[in-house]
Amino acid sequence: MKKSKQFWLFIIAAVLVYTVVQVFIANGTMNQFYSNTLIFIAINIILAVSLHLVIGITGQFSIGHAGFLAVGAYISAIVTMKLDLPFFVAIIVGGIIAALAGLIVGIPSLRLKGDYLAIATLGFAEIIRIVFLNIDYVGGAAGMQVSHLTTWTYAFVCLVITIVVIVNFTNSRHGIAAISVRENEIASDAMGINTTYYKVVAFAIGSFFAGVAGALYSHNFYIIQPSQFGFLKSFDILIFVVLGGLGSLSGAVLSAILLTVVSTYLQGYPETRMIIYSLVLILVMLYRPKGLMGTMEITDYFKLWRTPKGGDQHGK
Amino acid sequence: MEWIQQLINGISLGSIYALIALGYTMVYGIIKLINFAHGDVFMVGSFIGFYSITVFGLGFFPALILSMAACALFGVIIERIAYKRLRNATRIAALITAIGVSLLIEYGVIYIRGAQPEAYPDVFSNRSFEFLGAQISMQSILILSVSVVLMILLQFIVHKTKTGKAMRAVSHDTEAAKLMGINVDNTISATFAIGSALAGAAGVIFGVYYTKIDPLMGVIPGVKAFVAAVLGGIGIIPGAMVGGLVLGVVETIVSALGFSLWRDAAAFIILILILIFRPSGIFGKNTREKV
Repeated sequence: MKKSKQFWLFIIAAVLVYTVVQVFIANGTMNQFYSNTLIFIAINIILAVSLHLVIGITGQFSIGHAGFLAVGAYISAIVTMKLDLPFFVAIIVGGIIAALAGLIVGIPSLRLKGDYLAIATLGFAEIIRIVFLNIDYVGGAAGMQVSHLTTWTYAFVCLVITIVVIVNFTNSRHGIAAISVRENEIASDAMGINTTYYKVVAFAIGSFFAGVAGALYSHNFYIIQPSQFGFLKSFDILIFVVLGGLGSLSGAVLSAILLTVVSTYLQGYPETRMIIYSLVLILVMLYRPKGLMGTMEITDYFKLWRTPKGGDQHGK
Repeated sequence: MEWIQQLINGISLGSIYALIALGYTMVYGIIKLINFAHGDVFMVGSFIGFYSITVFGLGFFPALILSMAACALFGVIIERIAYKRLRNATRIAALITAIGVSLLIEYGVIYIRGAQPEAYPDVFSNRSFEFLGAQISMQSILILSVSVVLMILLQFIVHKTKTGKAMRAVSHDTEAAKLMGINVDNTISATFAIGSALAGAAGVIFGVYYTKIDPLMGVIPGVKAFVAAVLGGIGIIPGAMVGGLVLGVVETIVSALGFSLWRDAAAFIILILILIFRPSGIFGKNTREKV
């Protein structure tokens, strides 16, 4: 009952945000620059939240998220540009193919743990990039022309769907099993949880939404190139999750918003931006290894504030 | 005869990978950290060599030694500042810090000197001689001999000196080593110093051989050297050498067969196959996980 109340509150807030922004865009108060930034924020939130499911909830340290982004970007671009199908079909197809790629990557590599998984996913992402680099059908290194189709409406609807699906997954039985895998894989295996199954499911869902983000990403530019999906892109997404807190969805959302705004303003100084990013990463890890919010959610802060003594000490 | 030529190219490339891989494997063996910044130490070493040759007018060997010394110091500084606090942190936190350090070094260098590539000075004449019908340049002979000498030196340090003994003890069991009166902090620093010095040497050799260096050049060789370390069995020093040589030869063969664009993919495919079928590497033994 309480959960569904929260859900409707979230939907009402989302509709409100959407309407306000849409009105501003329609009457021209918000120019191209700001609306583009908002679309970019939405794409980054989708990426952050989808990686949060893999790293924060399931505890599988994947640092090759840009590979799935690339799959979504390229597949959706093929659907709209070569097959002339509508954009929403491209988003769905991009997501599904990315999820399939996630399954292909996930089933063998999720037998690995920790560092080894990280380096394997990094390797897989790089293989995906090199494959696109070598396919002439998608333009090879020169890249592929894509028409600008991503609008605020598409980006926002995809964002809301992503958040709703991932929150519901996290709160379901599956999500709780996934969290137990994060906390202690061997123990949860011993409790009869099929750890491989949950890891693969979480990985596939994460890849699906990375693919959706890829579709939005590619149609937000006029050209996509394999070089956009290298290590650095994976690390960018990783930084959102790490800074917000490993295991905090609202943390991932907030840090995606914050860092997108910061990097938009530092666009002219890419070195400075990367130096700031890397310093943030090092300092957060040295002084707050669980990320700024740990496993706390925004709503937990309200709960603590409302019931000062006792109450839900989730995340402590 | 073409094949002998390719094999020699492969071994030259492989010995560079092997030198970098030694640093990875030593650090991993002792503190279980994938030191992502290691590839960037390699880059810094290459630049130090470049500036000492062009600006200070040193010869190849003084430049090599200067670069190794500076990288050893640099490696120790990185360890003391960034990794020391994380000894007891989670593996993920340590890995993320390493990624951060790597990005910081890369973009710090770009910030200081710009991103433009630099052409390495030609320190050796491009003389080459015939061997079984293949053209072998002096450079590949030199690379090979420098790498072999450094590896023999490393074997000597690890097996015959007190520091080497301490390193093996710490990597075997840190707690027990501490109880036996070994200064773990100093041993770890020594490991970083030796590994980084080898990476610095690899950087200078790489510059001389490939003639082009830039601030982001450490990323791909760094990851490939890690692949080499995993291939040979991470934590095992002879494994890193063999892994590096195998990787170099495989890559050269892939390019020679006409798939040069797939060269980088070959390394990652090897990595994934190894991780799936033999995670402990060629020389590794299976270890059982304790709960």
